Amino acid sequence: MSLNKEQVKEIAQLAKLSINDSEIEQSTIELNNILSLMAELGKIDTDHVEPMAHPLEMSQRLREDVVSEADLSEEFQAIAPKTGKQHFLVPTVIE
Amino acid sequence: MPPINFKLKPIGIQSYLRIFRGIIMAWETVIGLEIHSQLNTKSKIFSGASTEFGAKPNTQACAVDLGLPGVLPVLNKEAVHMALRFGLAVNAKINQHSIFERKNYFYPDLPKGYQISQFEIPIVGKGAIDISTKEGGTKMVGITRAHLEEDAGKSIHDLYEDYSAIDLNRAGTPLLEIVSEPDMRSAKEAVAYAKKIHALVQYIGICDGNMQEGSFRCDANVSIRKKDTEELGTRTELKNINSFKFLEKAINIEIERQQDILEDGGNVVQETRLYDAVKDETRSMRTKEEANDYKYFPDPDLLPVDIENELLTEIKNSLPELPTEKKNRFVSEFGLSDYDAENLTAQKSLADYYEAMLNDGADAKVSANWVMGELSASLNKNQIDIQDSPISAKELSELVKRINDDTISGKIAKGVFKDMWEGNGRVDDIIQNQGLKQMTDVGAIEGIIDGIIANNSEQVEQFKAGNTKLLGYFVGQVMKATQGKANPKQVNQILNEKLS
Repeated sequence: MSLNKEQVKEIAQLAKLSINDSEIEQSTIELNNILSLMAELGKIDTDHVEPMAHPLEMSQRLREDVVSEADLSEEFQAIAPKTGKQHFLVPTVIE
Repeated sequence: MPPINFKLKPIGIQSYLRIFRGIIMAWETVIGLEIHSQLNTKSKIFSGASTEFGAKPNTQACAVDLGLPGVLPVLNKEAVHMALRFGLAVNAKINQHSIFERKNYFYPDLPKGYQISQFEIPIVGKGAIDISTKEGGTKMVGITRAHLEEDAGKSIHDLYEDYSAIDLNRAGTPLLEIVSEPDMRSAKEAVAYAKKIHALVQYIGICDGNMQEGSFRCDANVSIRKKDTEELGTRTELKNINSFKFLEKAINIEIERQQDILEDGGNVVQETRLYDAVKDETRSMRTKEEANDYKYFPDPDLLPVDIENELLTEIKNSLPELPTEKKNRFVSEFGLSDYDAENLTAQKSLADYYEAMLNDGADAKVSANWVMGELSASLNKNQIDIQDSPISAKELSELVKRINDDTISGKIAKGVFKDMWEGNGRVDDIIQNQGLKQMTDVGAIEGIIDGIIANNSEQVEQFKAGNTKLLGYFVGQVMKATQGKANPKQVNQILNEKLS
């Protein structure tokens, strides 16, 4: 599998990365190198291997449904780049 | 020859064209629903922050909900149990080994840059539910899956100039997303299905069903295809629907829009469309479409969820009587019609109220009429939930009993009901104080009737000549003379005897 420049452009857009045309050229080459390395994995016979969702052979621990968090909004607001009255503020997102 | 006057005015030429095209081209609508049901846990799905509605902005958003570095999600046991309750209630396949995945997208009210959701193996697999159709039958609607996920925060765009304001109190609230098969063929069927799920999640106590507060949200996938074809048309997804009324309207308006496009030779674009209730239209929401690739992958912060058989048995045994079971019991046990039973069991609180009346000894059919009639009308008018009804089930059952034992007529009872609603005392006191007790003294009623017959000789003659419709006139006169306190059954009987 290899990627063309259009696909790399799309991936960059999905990742919200702004890259120019020459960078795309370079990125395409690098990404395809990585993909060819990954392709090595495809040579392994996994027909009888169950898909793995997590490397640890354990189950998720569940917590009781109890409210345990205090209101730390003042501390959190203090480290935010911009806040209004109790809201976090971000540049306008047009719907 | 006079000119032929063809009036085509009131609905406009477009509508006529649409009707005409509808005759020559038959379309079939295909609808599937995605319902986001907010689980009513006390704390969030992956953190110990409160889920209480209406708190001040950001006061219920902890480090986990904000996605601060170094935090780890821990799954809420109750959220898992609630998902299982739903799965078992719709006879779904339960995936006893399910996994959480990251759904990646950028939006300011999603601080981590991904939503923790389930993708490949959701906790609830295929199930089904029956809905009632307009023909009076039932139809099975398939449920594809139901998965657990966290809600995002809220963006408010009109609070500040040049900025969007973010409230993350809702971030991390547990949701069960219930996905249906594309089994519905009309807006009405979609509403019937949504209402059924709405009733069910409240019956099994996993969601408060409040659509205004957003605890129960419906997205509709709508497409149309030529009748008798198999292949599905291109669908659009309708969002921003916060009532059953709007669900029906949004779907119908979208069907019309798609028909117009296809019949003009165009193509429907697969996209998300927002329903605007004020303008009653759907409009494209392109911003989120351009990058529709969520790059799901298993969340390394969460281990797979394993469900033991014992837990499933325990939850199955703890389920209450479900709406359909209750409806069938109301029909067989109380002799109600399908229609009445369906209405009374649509809401658990309504069914509970009704049953409390019967337990108190009130007649089943008369109680059903009062609960669905006067009581529901007054509750709706004043926008009061039945749990907060000013008239308790016991009080209404007393009223019904007074009708059944002929103390008052149904007509007088409506006035008594009004007084009860306004808090003017209990049934028997109101009847006593206002002297509303029905006349049972046959002699007295006969006396009044004799007087009326004597004063209306003309009508009596007409009646005897065969104009039997006049009986109503006489009954009316008697009721007027007795201020409605005569027993109509008795009056009819005596009148018939005296006039024949």
